[in-house]
Formats: sequence, C-alpha cells, structure tokens
Amino acid sequence: MKDAVRIETPLTDEICRCLKAGDKVLLSGEVYTGRDMAHRRLCDAARKGENLPIPLQGATIFYAAPTPASPGRVIGSVGPTTSYRMDSCTLELLKMGLKGMIGKGRRSPEVIEAIRECRAVYFGAPGGVAALLSRHVKKTQVVAYEELGPEAILKLEVSDMPLVVLIDSHGRDLYGTVFGIDKNV
Amino acid sequence: MEPIREVSCETVTETVRRLFIEANTELGEDILEAVNLACAAEELDIARLALEQICENARIAREELVALCQDTGLAVVFAEVGQDVHIVGGSFGASVQEGVRRAYSEGYFRKSLCDPLTRKNTGDNTPAVVHTEIVPGDRIRLQVMAKGGGSENMSSVHMLLPTAGVEGIEKAVVESVRKAGPNPCPPLVLGVGIGGTVERAALLSKKALLRPLGKKSGDDRLAKMEEDILDEVNRLGFGPQGYGGKTTALAVSIEMEPCHIASLPVAVSIQCHASRHKEAVI
Repeated sequence: MKDAVRIETPLTDEICRCLKAGDKVLLSGEVYTGRDMAHRRLCDAARKGENLPIPLQGATIFYAAPTPASPGRVIGSVGPTTSYRMDSCTLELLKMGLKGMIGKGRRSPEVIEAIRECRAVYFGAPGGVAALLSRHVKKTQVVAYEELGPEAILKLEVSDMPLVVLIDSHGRDLYGTVFGIDKNV
Repeated sequence: MEPIREVSCETVTETVRRLFIEANTELGEDILEAVNLACAAEELDIARLALEQICENARIAREELVALCQDTGLAVVFAEVGQDVHIVGGSFGASVQEGVRRAYSEGYFRKSLCDPLTRKNTGDNTPAVVHTEIVPGDRIRLQVMAKGGGSENMSSVHMLLPTAGVEGIEKAVVESVRKAGPNPCPPLVLGVGIGGTVERAALLSKKALLRPLGKKSGDDRLAKMEEDILDEVNRLGFGPQGYGGKTTALAVSIEMEPCHIASLPVAVSIQCHASRHKEAVI
C-alpha cells in the first residue's frame, strides 16, 4: 500500500495523535477479536467490577469472527463486521483504556466524542476481502469465551494489516467530516 | 400422463453442498467484470485501492479455496421443483439442509446462525432459508445464495402510498442506500421487489439479486428505473467501502408483480460486493 504509515500495537497517545482520518495504515502487533456477544460479556463484567479476561490498556479490538482454519492455515478468512452494533459497549471500554478499534461503518456521535476524549482511533478494515486480510495474520490464540464459538475472543498477531483511519483522536470522521456525509442520518 | 423422473436425495444434497462451496470461494465473473470497470473509472486513490483489493481477494480465495468473506452467510436456497419429479430416498427439505451442513463443515466456513433469544449458535449453519416452488417439467433448479448479515441488516420494506409512482419508488430505494451509508460494504448490488404483499415484495427483491450483473430487466419501464436508481445512488459519493468515490453500487435489479389497489409494497435487498450465488439444474 503506497503512502501508508507503519504502526505497531500497543497504541499510545503519541501514535494516535499523529494519525489523521483518511490516512492509510499498516498495522502490526497484537490485536484482540471481539464482536457482539464478547462485547456484551466484557461490558457486563466491567459493570459488575469483575476482572476482564483481556488487558484493555492500550489494546486494539478487531470486530471480527473468522472462519475456521483449514489444516495447515494459521486462520481462516478474517475481516471486519459492522461496528455500530458495538457502540453502546465501546464508551465503557474506551474509559478502561481501549485505544484502537478495527471495523467498518459509521459510529455514533457519542463514540466519536469518546474517541476524541480518550485519544483513541477507529480504523476501517476493508469489508468482504477476508481471504486477503487473513494473509496478514501470523498467529492466533483463543483467550476468552471459547464457548461463543466464532465469537470467542482471539489474540491475533498481525503484520502490516492494511487499514484506513476512519475516526482520528481529534474527532475527525472520514465518513462525516472528510466527505461531508451527514453522520446523523 | 407425463412420465415421472426420479431424483435421489443424495443428488440434491451433493448439489447443494457443491454450490455453497463454490459460491463462498468463487466470485462470479460478472461481479469481477463490474469491479474492474469501476476501478478503471475511479479517480480517488483510496477508492481504487478498495476495488483492487476486491479483485485480489477473489484471486486468493479461488486459488486457495478459502472463503471470500469471513461472513459466509445465512444459506438461502431457491428451489424450483418440476411437478414430474419424484424425490426418492428421504425428504427434499432435509436433503437441502444436509447439503448446507456438509458445505459449511467441509469448506471450513463460519457457522453464523444462532437462536434469536439465547444467541446460542446452531453449530452447523442450518437451518437454511429454503423457498420451494412447484413448476412444470421434470427438473429441479437450485439457486443458492450465501447472504451476509451486515448487508441484510440494511435491507428494508416500504409500504408506499399507491400513487407514489416511479418517483416515490426511486426515492425509497435511494433513501435506504443513503441510510445504510458505508455499513453494508459498498459497492453494492441492489435487489428491488415491487408489488405483491409485504413478504412477496421481500422475496422478489431477493430473487432480483440472482440476476447476472449487467443484464437489464426485460420490462423497459423497470430497465429505465434500474438505470436511474443506479445513477442516483452513485451520486451519493459513498464509494467503495464508504471511503468516497464514484462506485457506491455496481448494479440494480428490479422484479415486479401486481399489487392490491390499496398498496405499493417496495422491498430493497441490499447486497455487498461479495454477491455470492450459484445455480445448477438436476
């Protein structure tokens, strides 16, 4: 990917501050998968004051549930699911130190504001190109909620995963601010 | 009396299995052609990149026999069963479900179905949604579709005023795409069903997605609407992946049937660029 910024997890305030909505990024390091049910469980645990099964400080969550790996493969096909469904839990997770999110689609105005306040970043991964994205995953490990099947939380080691900054730590939104698309529809 | 032709359940199962494996790993040539054309026309760097990734992804999936998308979909089957066919060796419905079960297990596809309330996964991607129609003849035509959840969430039915006319219909379709925004993985394929009842319009809109891209409706009025809606949708500027650009949709297909004098049902089935469907005749 031309003109892409190479970054590594865990994300810091410094890394986040430099990223701008619309930037192309190649992301490497550890990321956790987690979508609808995993978010609900993380939020429930947080509200009850229980320990979370993954460390959120500086963490990046990829809204994804891959296909099973066939023999000889690290992972099956993997790509983003639509992010708005995670919005209500995201506010809580951001307060607990979550720095990066990888998904697709719009976020609520509240999430955009929380991303700005917490100096986090929301990345877009291309949807529907999961065979291609799977090549950027080097290692996988189930770390929580195995009983959720495809929705379990996995720790992925990714290398140069091609992403785009959709919402930056200054609250700029590629869908809204950059292209002038009304984000409140 | 017409002679009866026997078709075994095992043949049905095997055909369904093969079609779903192909659908999930081989992107149709019509889609690839449309994406390539769109790519040549895109001026925005990030939009062109998104379209190139779709082509590259299709190549990898085909070569390595892996799923095009991690969401290998809810399995939808359209079966046209000839009235002179006798299914032997079991139940037709069960043999279709078994074909889905085998495809999703052997293809290493994601099992994406769950109980709506407990959210417990059914474990084998069944039950498939099966639409069976009895037709003349002694053949079985099977069309299968792997329908992703993200784009399906953006689909909708609109019960318009009977006098809303072409303008009202076009407005409803464009509005549903505008509301969906970047969520359903554009560039999209739009299936539109007009007429019938609420469920008939929805079914027509799904069937419309089976039409090869680039093939216009045989009804000139609908062909014109398909063209106009496509132009209007592409003027929204969402572009591939919603990153901006000219290509928000690749095609619009409309199917229409008469409706009640009090109604004008319009359904929009929104399909992502990974429009996965295959067919066979037994």
